[in-house]
Amino acid sequence: MSDISTTKASAETMISMTGVAKWYGAFQALNDINVSVRKGEKIVLCGPSGSGKSTLIRCINHLEAYQQGEIRVGGILLGHQAKSIDAVRREVGMVFQQFNLFPHLTVLQNCMLAPMRALGLGKAEAEGRARQLLERVKIAEQAEKYPAQLSGGQQQRVAIARALCMRPQVMLFDEPTSALDPEMVKEVLDTMIDLAREGMTMICVTHEMGFARQVADRVIFMASGAIVEEAPPVEFFSNPKHERTRKFLGEILGH
Amino acid sequence: MGQDEFLFLLMGLKWTVALSVVGFVCGCIAGLGIALARTCGSRPVETVVSGYIAIFQGTPLLMQLFVVYYGLALIGIKVDAWVAVSVGLTLHASAYLGEIWRGAIEAVPKGQTEASKALALSYVSRMKDVVLPQALRISLPATIGFLVQLIKGTSLASIVGFTELTRAGNIISNQIFQPLTVFGIVGILYFIMCCPLTIYGAHLERKFAASAR
Repeated sequence: MSDISTTKASAETMISMTGVAKWYGAFQALNDINVSVRKGEKIVLCGPSGSGKSTLIRCINHLEAYQQGEIRVGGILLGHQAKSIDAVRREVGMVFQQFNLFPHLTVLQNCMLAPMRALGLGKAEAEGRARQLLERVKIAEQAEKYPAQLSGGQQQRVAIARALCMRPQVMLFDEPTSALDPEMVKEVLDTMIDLAREGMTMICVTHEMGFARQVADRVIFMASGAIVEEAPPVEFFSNPKHERTRKFLGEILGH
Repeated sequence: MGQDEFLFLLMGLKWTVALSVVGFVCGCIAGLGIALARTCGSRPVETVVSGYIAIFQGTPLLMQLFVVYYGLALIGIKVDAWVAVSVGLTLHASAYLGEIWRGAIEAVPKGQTEASKALALSYVSRMKDVVLPQALRISLPATIGFLVQLIKGTSLASIVGFTELTRAGNIISNQIFQPLTVFGIVGILYFIMCCPLTIYGAHLERKFAASAR
């Protein structure tokens, strides 16, 4: 009986991090991180700057190497060999604070490159997929433009479409609205909310607490490289248990 | 100076162009290897390659040509002067272009590499599709500047007895005793080759500066 339930639980677990630790030289950036994310779950990661939240999600697709513990994504053990790293990266999409679109390629080419090169799709299929996803982020009419011709909000939506073209099982967002002008934040958040409604598994590093309230299943608060507190948003905002969480919430919600 | 003498100069010019093209094309291929090795992330490889670059940047081209020309003969490889000079120019160009392109590769924002890694692109695709096209653009003015240096540098091949433009000028000048006229014409021929390139380089520089805004 218990066997069956554990199998079921692990089949539904999309990401598991067990005892993950990371150091930059003598500085410990992550300390004994244990996180389990179910399929379809939306996690908001928050915390003061330097708390390790970006480092944490960057470990999940091995943009940062971790030194201790274990990370599994969709059942794949993320080791340090290129093979397992590539396998994980094919399942995990990432959206960056600075968009990181390829400036020498058009919007459409940005979206087609990885499916063609990393998944081996033909040109026609990659283009069809790209146009469909650009449609979904409501930017299809800009397909032939270059990133520099778009606004920040549009660029970030293209970046989301580009990641989705890989048909990832998980999406990681690393402060996706922090580099945007205030009037463009909403269009990006709306795109993310749509994505969440469609059932995507998401981990978002963000200071947008309205988004956390609306979308998150769980909010995780980090400080000094460790997880301090995690709770469903209602509980997290109304009844934070830890002193550091209260202080942080006071600072970002207090004006 | 008669027509025959002028034709002789043009023959020399042909060899100058040939040397420049061979040195530049082979130098580009080897230089790309140097630039990639220099940015590969492996400390020992990067140290060896930066040693190679330091040697070729820290010694005169003339000496490099001597070493290759007499060195190859010394180890028993008998080659034409023009092959030896081509090899010398290629080594020289590979070190300079490698260093120019290393700088350009490193000038491409780190986020570009991260985004391509996150998209599961392999090293080859990351370089070929994302980093190098942007690096090439950044390095184009400096690359053209180096090409101009290389064209003028081929004149040193005259020292090892290869009859390119400068040596052709020398020979004619010794025959007709009009050094000022002959070397004036030789200079003009170099200028006609180099000046358009310099102008084109400056034009590209302005164009990229404008598009970066």
